[in-house]
Amino acid sequence: PVKYEELYCFSFNPKLDKEEREQGWKLVDLSEEYNRMGVPNNYWQISDVNRDYGVCDSYPTEVYVPKSATAHIIVGSSKFRSRRRFPALSYYCKGNNASICRSSQPLSGFSARCLEDEQMLQAIRKANPGSDFIYVVDTRPKLNAMANRAAGKGYENEDNYSNIKFQFIGIENIHVMRNSLQKMLEVCELKSPSMSDFLWGLENSGWLKHIKAIMDAGIFIAKAVAEEGVSVLVHCSDGWDRTAQVCSVASLLLDPYYRTMKGFMVLIEKDWVSFGHKFNHRYGNLDGDPKEISPVMDQFIECVWQLMEQLPCAFEFNERFLIHIQHHIYSCQFGNFLCNSQKERRELKIKERTYSLWAHLWKNRADYLNPLYRSDHSQTQGTLHPQIAPSNFLYKFWSGMYNRFEKGLHPRQSVTDYLMAVKEETQQLEEELEVLQERLANLQKSQSGNNKVKSKQQDRSKHFGLYTSNNSLANTPQEYSNDLKSFPSRSPSQGDEDSALILTQDNLKSSDPDLSANSDQESGVEDLSCRSPSGGGCLPSEDSGKDSDEAVFLAG
Amino acid sequence: MEFAELIKTPRADNVVLHRPFHLAVEGTLCLTGHHLIFSSRRQDNAEELWLLHSNIDSIEKRFVGSLGTIVIKCKDLRIIQLDIPGMEECLNIASSIEALSTLDSVTLMYPFFYRPMFEVLEDGWSSFLLEQEFELLSSVTNEWRLSCVNKEFSVCPSYPAVVIVPKSIDDDALRKVALFRHGGRFPVLSYYHKKNGMVMMRSSQPLTGTNGRRCKEDEKLINATLRSGRRGFVIDTRPLNVAQQARAKGGGFEQEVHYPQWRRIHKYIERFNILQESFIKLVEACNDQSHNMDRWLSKLEASNWLTHIKELLTAACLAAQCIDREGASVLVHGSEGTDSTLQVTSLAQIILDPRCRTIRGFQALVVREWLQAGHPFQQRCAQSAYSNSKQKWEAPVFLLFLECVWQIHRQFPCSFEFGEQFLIALFEHAYASQFGTFLGNNESERAKLKLPQKTMSLWSWVNRPEELSRFQNPLYEANSLVIWPSVAPQSLQLWEGVFLRWNKPSKFLEEAEEERINIIKYNKELQAKVNALRRQLAEMEADEEVQEVE
Repeated sequence: PVKYEELYCFSFNPKLDKEEREQGWKLVDLSEEYNRMGVPNNYWQISDVNRDYGVCDSYPTEVYVPKSATAHIIVGSSKFRSRRRFPALSYYCKGNNASICRSSQPLSGFSARCLEDEQMLQAIRKANPGSDFIYVVDTRPKLNAMANRAAGKGYENEDNYSNIKFQFIGIENIHVMRNSLQKMLEVCELKSPSMSDFLWGLENSGWLKHIKAIMDAGIFIAKAVAEEGVSVLVHCSDGWDRTAQVCSVASLLLDPYYRTMKGFMVLIEKDWVSFGHKFNHRYGNLDGDPKEISPVMDQFIECVWQLMEQLPCAFEFNERFLIHIQHHIYSCQFGNFLCNSQKERRELKIKERTYSLWAHLWKNRADYLNPLYRSDHSQTQGTLHPQIAPSNFLYKFWSGMYNRFEKGLHPRQSVTDYLMAVKEETQQLEEELEVLQERLANLQKSQSGNNKVKSKQQDRSKHFGLYTSNNSLANTPQEYSNDLKSFPSRSPSQGDEDSALILTQDNLKSSDPDLSANSDQESGVEDLSCRSPSGGGCLPSEDSGKDSDEAVFLAG
Repeated sequence: MEFAELIKTPRADNVVLHRPFHLAVEGTLCLTGHHLIFSSRRQDNAEELWLLHSNIDSIEKRFVGSLGTIVIKCKDLRIIQLDIPGMEECLNIASSIEALSTLDSVTLMYPFFYRPMFEVLEDGWSSFLLEQEFELLSSVTNEWRLSCVNKEFSVCPSYPAVVIVPKSIDDDALRKVALFRHGGRFPVLSYYHKKNGMVMMRSSQPLTGTNGRRCKEDEKLINATLRSGRRGFVIDTRPLNVAQQARAKGGGFEQEVHYPQWRRIHKYIERFNILQESFIKLVEACNDQSHNMDRWLSKLEASNWLTHIKELLTAACLAAQCIDREGASVLVHGSEGTDSTLQVTSLAQIILDPRCRTIRGFQALVVREWLQAGHPFQQRCAQSAYSNSKQKWEAPVFLLFLECVWQIHRQFPCSFEFGEQFLIALFEHAYASQFGTFLGNNESERAKLKLPQKTMSLWSWVNRPEELSRFQNPLYEANSLVIWPSVAPQSLQLWEGVFLRWNKPSKFLEEAEEERINIIKYNKELQAKVNALRRQLAEMEADEEVQEVE
């Protein structure tokens, strides 16, 4: 496609009326989010300096800056930063006033200075009275940053800025990342690779090393904010790729809210959409320079998955949620990830002409819940402390993402789906228990009063929901050997019953009789005995197989 | 021999214990005949560590001034460090541990001294008798019989006293076949697939030699397992060239001319010394504490461990596929038939037979296909991954099997009655245990050692209700189907529960497991409550109706 109008989201119609569409876009409200963080307050304020995108066309109109940063300082600072992306607030930590700010690289060259920019950083430090310095984190490898100086860009000189501690974190640029993903995908697409092919390919792609670099940066910043109470200014070159990754990983570690479903949507809107991550260029939605394409957001989403693997109770959402978001970054079915900046989206009237992904995901949120999440669980509280050392084996290949279409490669039974089904049943049992207790009370009353009131049939006739479990998956042998092909093989038709679907639904239902169809009170009792013989925690008896067709077996 | 002679310094104070991810603890170290015991001196929260000497794989000592340090590397892969003040004490303790952990007489091992503190409800030594299995078999087919031809262990020293063989083959024929098979391991029944009546047999290689010797009884025996007009598969766990080379040493393989109804498939499974090297390399890589991941994947690759896992699973799937999908009987063997053969036959049963996925069924499988089948546990598990001595008999053959089960378990997390902990426990007990189950190399040796009389069986302990509950998989729902695992590299993972158990904090993952258990426990409680209420209501309403009629 050459024009945005040709993209699917402009013709996609989920049959919602105008009001519903507007409601959908209102689901994520960033000024509400800044309020939740605790700004504006005594130290931070909204600046209208970018009202008409006059200072920086890739920034949002509403930008939060330190109170002591005047318009003069902001504009001055913006002139000293690539693409005029001046330091602005990304995350504010209510507990200790420490903050994460983001910007692009300074145009320092070999010796240039800018008084307003120095004042800007000073203002950020002052907004955190508990600390006498700020960290400036340059997420690039030092070599890259130095090379930029020759082009009149570069990084902050500690001597020119009072009270900063400067730090490089070597995350590679978009081109390295694009090639890395390309290499990894080639490995994923190998036809029946050997273990060595796979592991070598994965290692050579460097992908997991890059993921680790991003995680390390996020962990460093979260630690500075939460443990040292020091504010951090993060930048890379333009401040819309690595900076977005690192700020959002750090926020996710710091604030449990971002680990909820709603909070995660807000986080993406805040650090990626509003601050001008160039979705159109990075994901090639419109025909453009292939060198601009890079899986920057994919890497952030993978970081979240890696964290979920390490801290399985910490996130309200599950892996499917991440995969669906990733899918829709590419799909262009919804307007959220269109264009390169807020300005472009407003000009295109995205909110009037397309629908919001968040509303769509929110509507189906039951599919995306992590059954292990409890808002009062210790893993959901406060700052996350993922393991950092020894780190070599921490990060794993995400086959759920990169081999997502080869269903045969994944676990055939999903623990998440199973537990969700159990939880759903639990909820129904709770309801039934209440109904039964009520009936019992009525009955006792009526018996004691010798009052023959028939119990309310409709209470019992509630039809308990069926589980449409995704756990059933046809399972057939793979090609384990080429030798079998040349051997006259019998027709495989008899093997149909082997699809290894777990009998979750049936087994769960067996204890949950359909009361609407059968009000015979005995059924409940019957069901006690027809539970699977080994399901109740007792050992299967020797003849447990007597009523099934399964193989009996034998010894040698 | 008195253990006291080996213990030069039975006790040392002010010893500091270091373990990864634990704070250092100061305390007292004691040595007994079979244990190294460390207890912290803090009254409040006394911490104790009991380590079987037989669990110690290697020990290193070093000195800084008069402070000695002992690094103990265990067969369960944990590494602990003890700082012991006093050079003499430290040297004494180190040499005592070295002597006690390398006792060469089996009868000095702890199982002969262990007195259980629990009541034995069921003697594990007689929990899994072949006769019981045969009874089950007899209810579906009468084509097989129990043979006692090996009752003195004279026909095949590594076979149990009774075996199941085709009914049409008499004991004399078995004796002849035994002479034609390596180590006397003639083909016996391993598994009967009830669904279609196909079977899996196992044996050792035939001794054809270079001149193509044949044995009519052998041909008759294995042909007896075929239905008329049907063909079978021989799965040879060696590559063709290795099988061919084996002929020079008197071994060989079934040649088409003499076994026209059988098709041979060579599926290479690595041999024991290579596996041991792979094991050592993998553990080295996992213990590398460097903070970069640059070389991790290539080290993992270089160990070849996952390659072995993939090969093994593939061979097992193939065997299962022949039986279930091709409707053909299968004979599995390598050279001796005590290692790769058993890996394949036991894993194929995990795939095919739902009973092997229950706790009790899995125990029965381990007893049948490993202990009774004569896997030389004592040789294979004498040393683990830290051993410096290069002995040629050690190999993690059983561990590889357990890991393959874990890989299948990971792909079918709801189809196994037992959890990962059960597999880890079996790994530990195979290498060091208070129970006699894994002592000896075969049933003959176990009988000579009088293990059933003199030691406690692991199964006596495992099958107590309080222990069983620890090993159960909360997600289990009986699945009566064949389960076909994926063997693609993307589907296989490092078994962190064993290999990263001691060098990765697991708090968060344990919390998740607890959460899973709680979700299911609460559900079961509610079910019980609801069912009880329904019953109560039913009774009351029935009463009421009776009254109404009156």
